[in-house]
Amino acid sequence: MAAEGGKIDPMHQFLVEPLFGKHLIVGGYDISFTNSALFMVLTLACIWAFMMGGMKRALIPGRWQAAVEGFTGFVANMMETNIGPKGKAFTPYVFSLFMFILVANLIGMLPLGIVPGWHAFTVTSHLTVTGVLAIISFSIVLVVGFARHGFHFFSLFVPHGTPGYMIPLIFLIELFSFLIRPFSLGLRLFVAMTAGHILLKVLAGFVINGINAGPGIAAIVSIPSFILMIGITLLELLVCAIQAYVFALLTSLYLNDAINLH
Amino acid sequence: MPQIAQIAATYASQIFWLLIVFGVIFFGIGYGMFPKIQGTVELRDRKIADDLAAAEAARKAADMTEEAYRAKMDAARSEAQQAAQAAKAKAAAETEQRVKAANAELSAQADAANARIAAAQAEALAGIEDVAAEAAQEIVARVSGAAVDRAAAAQAVKAALANG
Repeated sequence: MAAEGGKIDPMHQFLVEPLFGKHLIVGGYDISFTNSALFMVLTLACIWAFMMGGMKRALIPGRWQAAVEGFTGFVANMMETNIGPKGKAFTPYVFSLFMFILVANLIGMLPLGIVPGWHAFTVTSHLTVTGVLAIISFSIVLVVGFARHGFHFFSLFVPHGTPGYMIPLIFLIELFSFLIRPFSLGLRLFVAMTAGHILLKVLAGFVINGINAGPGIAAIVSIPSFILMIGITLLELLVCAIQAYVFALLTSLYLNDAINLH
Repeated sequence: MPQIAQIAATYASQIFWLLIVFGVIFFGIGYGMFPKIQGTVELRDRKIADDLAAAEAARKAADMTEEAYRAKMDAARSEAQQAAQAAKAKAAAETEQRVKAANAELSAQADAANARIAAAQAEALAGIEDVAAEAAQEIVARVSGAAVDRAAAAQAVKAALANG
C-alpha cells in the first residue's frame, strides 16, 4: 500500500517492479526478477515443501501425508469422473495447475503488509499469468483433440440431432463458444482475484483514512469497514479455493471434449 | 490498472518466470511426485481390497468348516441313535424270548406238578377206600361179631362214598 500524500492507491499492489531496482535484459526482452517472479518462486517453494511431506509413502499415512493424498486424490477423482480412465495421462498437468493457482491465490492473501515496505503480490491477479495458463490449457486441448480425432474433431461443434438446415448456424455458434474458452478461462481468474484485492484495499483505505480523520468519523466509517473487511477476507479465501477449483475443473471438462468428443 | 498499463513492459519477465516456475512444478511435482503419491494410495487401496477379500475367503472357509462339522455331528448323532435303538430292540426281543422260555418251563413244571397232585389224589382216594373197607370189616366184626368178607365191605364203602 502506498500512502503518498495521504492518498492510498488500491492499484499499487498490482504493480510489477524489478527487485533491487535492477533490470535484466536478454535479447531485447526484459526478464528481470520482479516481485511477481519472487512470489511465483515462493509459490513453487510452498508447493514443493507441502508435497515433500507426502513423499514418505507410508502404508499408514501420517497427518501430513494424508493431507497431501487428500489433494492428489481430489484432483485424480475429478479427472476420473469428468474424463474417465483416458484422463489419467493429464492428471499431473491439471494437478500442477490446481496447486499453482491455489497456492498463488492464498499467498496473495497473506498479511505481509504489516512488514514495512512489503506487500503481498498475487501472481494470479495478472492477466499475463492467467492468460498464459489459459493458453497452455487451450493448446493442450487443441493438440489432443486434433491428434486423437483429426478433422473429426470439428464434429464437436455439431451436437447430435441437429437438423440439417441448422448445421451452419450451430457450427458457427459452437465454434465461437469454443474459441472464447481461453479468454473466459484466463479472465475469470484474473478478474476474480483483482476485484477481491481492490475491494480489500479500498476498505482498508477507509479504515485508515477514517482513523486519521478523527474519532467521530472513525466510529462511523472505520469500524463498519473493518467488520466488513473481516467478512470479505473470509469470502476471498473461499474465492481463492473456488477459482483454483474452477480453473482445474474447466480444464478437465475441455480436455474431456477433446478426448471423448461428445 | 497496472496489469494492463504495464503489460508491454512486464509481459516478457512474467511469462519467462511463469514458464520456469510452472515447468518446475509440472515436471518436478506433477510428473515427479504426483504419480508416486497416487501410486502409494493405489497400493494401499489394493492392499485393503486384498485383505478384505482374504478375510471374506477365510470367513467362507470357516463357514464351510462349521457346516461340515455340523453335518458330521448330525450324522454321528443319528448313527448313535440308530445303534441305541437297535440295541434296545435286540435287548427287548431277547428279554421277551427269555421270558417266554421261562414261562414255558414254568408252565411245564406246573403241569407236571398238577399231574403229580392228581395222581397222588387218586392214589390217596384209592387208599382211603381200602382203609375204609378194612375199618368197616373191623367195625362190623367188633360190633356184631359177624365176619364180613372183604369184597362186600369194599362194595359197601364204595356205595357209601359215592352217596356221600
